[in-house]
Amino acid sequence: MTTDTAPGDIAPRLRHGLSVPSGLLDYAPAPESSAIVHLRDSYGLFINGEFVAPASGRGFATINPATEAHLAEVAEADATDVDRAVTAARAAFEGSWRDLPGRERAKLIFRLARAIQERSRELAVLETLDGGKPIRESRDIDLPLVAAHFFHHAGWADKLNHAFPGRNPQPLGVVGQIIPWNFPLLMAAWKLAPALATGNTVVLKPAETTPLSALLLAEIIQECDFPPGVVNMVTGAGATGAALVEHPGLDKIAFTGSTSVGKGIARAVAGTGKRLTLELGGKGAHIVFEDAALDQAVEGIVDGIFFNQGHVCCAGSRLLVQEPVHDELMARLRRRLDTLRVGDPMDKNTDVGAINSREQLDRITDLVQSGVDEGAAMYQPACDLPGNGFWFRPTVFTDVAQSFRIAREEIFGPVLSALTFRTAEEAVEKANNTPYGLSAGVWTEKGSRILWVADRLEAGVVWSNTFNQFDPTSPFGGFGESGFGREGGWHGLHAYVKVAQ
Amino acid sequence: MSDDARLEVRKTHKLFIGGAFPRSESGDTLAVVGRDGSVLAQASKASRKDVRDAVKAAAGAAPGWAERTAYNRGQVLYRIAEILADRRSVFVDAVARTAGDDSLDAEVEVDASIDRWVWYAGWTDKLAMVLGSRNPVAGPYFNVSSPVPVGVVGIVAPQAPSLLGLTSTLAPVLAGGNTAVVVAAAATTLPTIALAEVLATSDVPAGVVNLLTGAQRELQPWLAGHRAVDGLDATGVADADIRAIEVEAADNLKRVHRSTITDWLADDAQSPWMCATFLETRTVWHPAGR
Repeated sequence: MTTDTAPGDIAPRLRHGLSVPSGLLDYAPAPESSAIVHLRDSYGLFINGEFVAPASGRGFATINPATEAHLAEVAEADATDVDRAVTAARAAFEGSWRDLPGRERAKLIFRLARAIQERSRELAVLETLDGGKPIRESRDIDLPLVAAHFFHHAGWADKLNHAFPGRNPQPLGVVGQIIPWNFPLLMAAWKLAPALATGNTVVLKPAETTPLSALLLAEIIQECDFPPGVVNMVTGAGATGAALVEHPGLDKIAFTGSTSVGKGIARAVAGTGKRLTLELGGKGAHIVFEDAALDQAVEGIVDGIFFNQGHVCCAGSRLLVQEPVHDELMARLRRRLDTLRVGDPMDKNTDVGAINSREQLDRITDLVQSGVDEGAAMYQPACDLPGNGFWFRPTVFTDVAQSFRIAREEIFGPVLSALTFRTAEEAVEKANNTPYGLSAGVWTEKGSRILWVADRLEAGVVWSNTFNQFDPTSPFGGFGESGFGREGGWHGLHAYVKVAQ
Repeated sequence: MSDDARLEVRKTHKLFIGGAFPRSESGDTLAVVGRDGSVLAQASKASRKDVRDAVKAAAGAAPGWAERTAYNRGQVLYRIAEILADRRSVFVDAVARTAGDDSLDAEVEVDASIDRWVWYAGWTDKLAMVLGSRNPVAGPYFNVSSPVPVGVVGIVAPQAPSLLGLTSTLAPVLAGGNTAVVVAAAATTLPTIALAEVLATSDVPAGVVNLLTGAQRELQPWLAGHRAVDGLDATGVADADIRAIEVEAADNLKRVHRSTITDWLADDAQSPWMCATFLETRTVWHPAGR
């Protein structure tokens, strides 16, 4: 199948790997409509329940990374705006929110969860337009998890004394939250839901390349009649984030992003007494033993590294294969790669969408080049990429040594580095040979081995015979340089309360 | 001194690293000035190299200690209490002579320390019940979260109360399955090294606890900045130094805890949450199906 033979082609279509018999996987285009989204020309900051102009009057453009088309102008918050937002959050905390009965907070958050469900298609389409992820993922994974996260945490709001019996849990106060561009709305939910359920007020900074879904969420929060100032949103880039981190009026900073920025935040917060939770980078190992169900493992590996274009902190970006099945597994994986549909994120059949930004594409390109230069063998399916926008082919490296940059550094793209091992001990040693410790995967049909390996993996989340599963009841977060604190579940709740020892 | 009086035998106070009692690599010592102003002993003045040696010993001992059963760790901690109780008079004497440690009666402090080891000994096999969870995820998966040790924890021990402060920061770290490198102030050398001698005879595996005496303020940045240290109890760090120490600790994102306890005898001076400070949560998923 090629671009020019697909009938009725309206979106950029792709030619798939040559190993697939022609026509076998020929899908007609299935574009999702963007009509459900009503973009404004420009967006203000969400402070004290209203959209307001930034003090500086400055803004920046956000684009669709799949087309490079301009979507909207977004306000750029500076230190003055951040101060305004923190002041509003403080007033809301002291004025009403902390004293509102838990059951009333619960009902507001439940209401928000339902409103999100009601408008989930609109939010999903906007997420895909602004961020480049396939609509299939934003519709079927991001949005359901967003709603579920609010719904789960809503129920905690009036039950905190049962979560921490005898410990008199109290809100921290005003929380500054900074989130990344890979799961814009889901990360907003992970931050907002536990903070609000525990009675804190919030100043949230969305990522500069993906602010639009958070701003639509702000509108929904407004429509849900949250008291003004309980949730505030300041848009901008690193300088805005730095202004938030350095604001003396915050009781806690919660950050999701890169390890280098996370360390900078930890240094900035040092000695201030502000609480800090960090959810940072990863270099997750995906271990496949010789007795694994190989076809299932292949699906898990694909999910692990090509989900969301590999823009996933917990991606299974290092594959560790037991030697006897290496060649067979890699052959099956290559065959599976050939069937991945790369292209228009708005097409409902697309598996791998657009890279989020040119900057990220450059970083991926640079790291992949280093893999080639250091001597790894690279495989990419022969797919056509659209002319505009930011794209990268699904990539698998073999013959990778642990010392290669592609085995050590977080690529945050659709790039897998495969290594081999002989014994379980060697697999664990290689898996743990990283300063990161966010996720790991293990594939084997032997139950005792799963438990033995899982007990030794220095990773906050271990997926066995599955990968990249998320749930609001399941704590998520890392060991070591993948940060500290958990999000989700009882453990995540703990990160937003003051408790007596 | 009368003719028939025999000379007392004085003890050399050395460091405790990897289960052995070496002198400081620096060869340097520091006078331990007692509560009455007299020089009680010469403390080994630990150097940066001693900190590194101690961290190496603690890192080497970490996997073995973590792999012991919680029941076994509980018995080892209980054994510490037994030996400490057996040497109660030694500790009462040491604490009573320690400068700056006069807010508590020495006997009260030693008894509270013994009880604190017993209390934490009982926690080792209960932490996972209190801090772990089986999570009801919305799908066909088994999902369980368990506490696991962070690894090596550095402790800047409080200057006072000497034995109870050291016990209250060290015991929760060990109960959780971590190994420790303690930097103690020179003034607390007598009770600190007496505790080392208890640990050495209490079935605590070599390297699980390493105790360094000397110029605490000089040593604490090396401990805070060491990349093989995973957590830092900064309870003994002064207000003026905490920012610099936390900046050092940010280099490898150590988990930093600084206790605000003022009443070390109070109920809330001991808590499973002090163990939790140096525990990670690991969540394991597995599909459920036929």
